[in-house]
Amino acid sequence: MTRCEVSMVVEPGSTQVTKTGAWRTFVPVIDHDKCIKCSLCEIFCPDSCIHQVEGNFVPDLDYCKGCSICAHECPRGAIEMVLEEK
Amino acid sequence: MQESLFAPGHRACAGCGMPIVIKLVLDAAGPNTIVASSTGCLEVTSTPFPESSWKVPWIHSLFENPASVASGIEIAFKKFGRTDINLLVIAGDGSTFDIGIGSISGMFDRGHNITYICYDNEAYMNTGVQRSGSTPIYASTTTTPIGTQSPGNLVRKKDMPAIAVAHGASYVATASIAYPVDLRRKVKRSLEIKGPAYIQINAPCITGWSYADGDTIEQAKLVVETCICPLYEYVDGELVGVKKVRNKRPVEDYLKTQGRYKHLFRAEGGDVYIANIQAIADRNAEKFGLLD
Repeated sequence: MTRCEVSMVVEPGSTQVTKTGAWRTFVPVIDHDKCIKCSLCEIFCPDSCIHQVEGNFVPDLDYCKGCSICAHECPRGAIEMVLEEK
Repeated sequence: MQESLFAPGHRACAGCGMPIVIKLVLDAAGPNTIVASSTGCLEVTSTPFPESSWKVPWIHSLFENPASVASGIEIAFKKFGRTDINLLVIAGDGSTFDIGIGSISGMFDRGHNITYICYDNEAYMNTGVQRSGSTPIYASTTTTPIGTQSPGNLVRKKDMPAIAVAHGASYVATASIAYPVDLRRKVKRSLEIKGPAYIQINAPCITGWSYADGDTIEQAKLVVETCICPLYEYVDGELVGVKKVRNKRPVEDYLKTQGRYKHLFRAEGGDVYIANIQAIADRNAEKFGLLD
């Protein structure tokens, strides 16, 4: 009798091996002087890829799909979407 | 915000509302949580084998039975003498409103201590925007296409929260990603209350609704401000709270931003359809006392 050897249990958070940043056309550029650290960009990012690094909010470009939600929701207009040249 | 329990690298469309729902729900529930999910966008985008975005135990079985799977998990943990675990079902509207409604009914009936979260993107988005029981009236989908004789979906959105209330669910609420504080509070409250809970969360779908890039949160806000999607909560069948709408906006403000309603502004007689949608919004405002 053959037994199914394929385990359907996988590592937690393992989609991180897939760098969805390759999907991006526009990249968010954050003006840290305008930023008031409200963290709305972090809360609303569907890809959980904006984090506070040394006090400033920075997008993780490995995963940012360039959806521009952060730029739309920033109450100070501190985030600009810029065409990315690769 | 603590580190997200929903990892990046998932394959949801750029600008999808659903991962925002998942992030906020898991943020409120914390790591001591088990999630059962149905088939749908969430399942295919978060768990392309052999990867997973989940940092909490997560199980998928079928389209129709996440409520039954979670019921079994709850009973097993009870048998082991453990009742300190947050048990969630997170499923889409197709599974919740149509395919899985029988197993949800059973879950409510048996009174399991489970919070059922429905991320509501108002159609079967994963398979290509087919109409579900949650699709609002006059929305264009691939199975309710518009044409000279058709203004899109002819059936009004099923009132699933009312069905949950009618079952005697301990806690029933609606929420929106545009109000993350309110959303997280509702998830926490549902976990504190014993017995079955149902939370329906509006999750804009950029592909199916076809709105402008980056407009996801704005959509979730507009649907509340126009009173099309009232935010409320019921505890033991009693309406205990509503999110008041300060400046009620006309439904056109919401409809005109979406491709699925484009025909209402072009076709002859479209104003009648818009007036019908406005009447639904006005009824919501009155029924729930959304305005002061």
